[in-house]
Amino acid sequence: MTSAERPRLYSTEAIVLRQTPMGEADRLLTLYTPHYGKVRAMAKGARRVKSRLGGHLEPLTRVRVLLAQGTTFAVVSQAETLGNTLALRGDLWRMTCGFYMAELVDRFAQEEQENGALYRLLEESVAALAEAPDPDTLLRFFETRLLALMGFLPELHQCASCGMALAPVTNSFSPAVGGALCPACRAQQALARPMTLQALKVLRLFSGCALEAALALRVPEPLAVELEHLLRQYIRYVLERDVRSTEFLDMLRREMREDAFLAQQRA
Amino acid sequence: MDHQHAAAPLARLIDELHRLPGVGPKTAQRLAYHLVRAPKEEVQSLAEALSAMKEQVFFCSQCHNLTDVEPCAICGDGQRDRSTVCVVEQALDILALERTRRYKGLYHVLHGAISPMNGVGPGDLTIAALEGRLRTGAVKELILATNPNLEGEATATYIQRQVRGLPVAVTRLARGLPSGADLEYADEVTLARAIEGRQVMS
Repeated sequence: MTSAERPRLYSTEAIVLRQTPMGEADRLLTLYTPHYGKVRAMAKGARRVKSRLGGHLEPLTRVRVLLAQGTTFAVVSQAETLGNTLALRGDLWRMTCGFYMAELVDRFAQEEQENGALYRLLEESVAALAEAPDPDTLLRFFETRLLALMGFLPELHQCASCGMALAPVTNSFSPAVGGALCPACRAQQALARPMTLQALKVLRLFSGCALEAALALRVPEPLAVELEHLLRQYIRYVLERDVRSTEFLDMLRREMREDAFLAQQRA
Repeated sequence: MDHQHAAAPLARLIDELHRLPGVGPKTAQRLAYHLVRAPKEEVQSLAEALSAMKEQVFFCSQCHNLTDVEPCAICGDGQRDRSTVCVVEQALDILALERTRRYKGLYHVLHGAISPMNGVGPGDLTIAALEGRLRTGAVKELILATNPNLEGEATATYIQRQVRGLPVAVTRLARGLPSGADLEYADEVTLARAIEGRQVMS
């Protein structure tokens, strides 16, 4: 929907992607909406203790908001929580996974560009975050689907270079070519990295299956690491920049590994 | 900004003022023209206040609060309880807590909160210095007074993880309803916390 069709005062569902303090006590929000894409909105006085808005507009909260379109930003006049972040609070790892998903949507999505499927992906992924057996699997599913919805799904069924069907062997993956490469074409692509058959199969599955099916999949550690690196490299290539939350995500994971190692030693 | 019609020193002042938070181009111009008309002593006093602030104010080596003496007035106050440290995001939060006159312990200023999306990690805050303070063993209680939003929460959880092995009790400021508020406008997270933290009326 373009801005011309949008009324000056409108009500919409939204997920809060991020917020930055503004002025005396205001917050500038980045919202993702099903019909208007990314919307930048000002929540006046939201940082005050007695603000009626503040508590409803935390990152990752799903809200119903009444927005008044201004010249540069929309202004939030009412907000009501539909899905809260209570289950995530206190779990730093899952919370950070949520920040990462929000940052990805913020980087990929455009203002005023409707993408209802992307909204639903974000909505169901954030909702599943607290209960997901393995948040990493959820993140890989989220990344694969996000790429697909934004038109960047890598070629996974035939060689992205020569078009030959992929044999069930260890192929390669090239962010530059945008997909899998057969062993013969690998040599021409300096940045291509090997991709195991399992990784290829998981990516094929994630590009078409439902969230529940993805979460039911048990991904062993080496494969999980391979998928994470592969998708991260590809996303960095597409965005032409780093995703900031990954740094903290990596740091937390290192610390959790250390903790687990120390606990094992003590036992 | 284009101030080609303003005299060069005035244009420079407008540019400098425009860099301040909350000051837009029009406000910057208005302030600059006000200063042109102001008496010389007033302007001189402002200039002196600015340079004195920059020369004399620094971070306290213990609590990282802004100070002009080392250690700062709070850390140097013998009357205060040295076994309690209250962790806040900003130096301004200390002023708010001091206004209550309820807290008699020391502080620790993080100078921010963990915000993965904005690229602010634990390394950008004074968490390592805090751990150093705790390792001396003098601190018995650590009060986490980061903001009750998701980033403040993430910061509190992270600090709690970091100090797990140390013999210090970690507490978090209570959350719930602000006095004078309307229940019907409270969000679910605040209300849920208020129910969890309810107290017996005595």
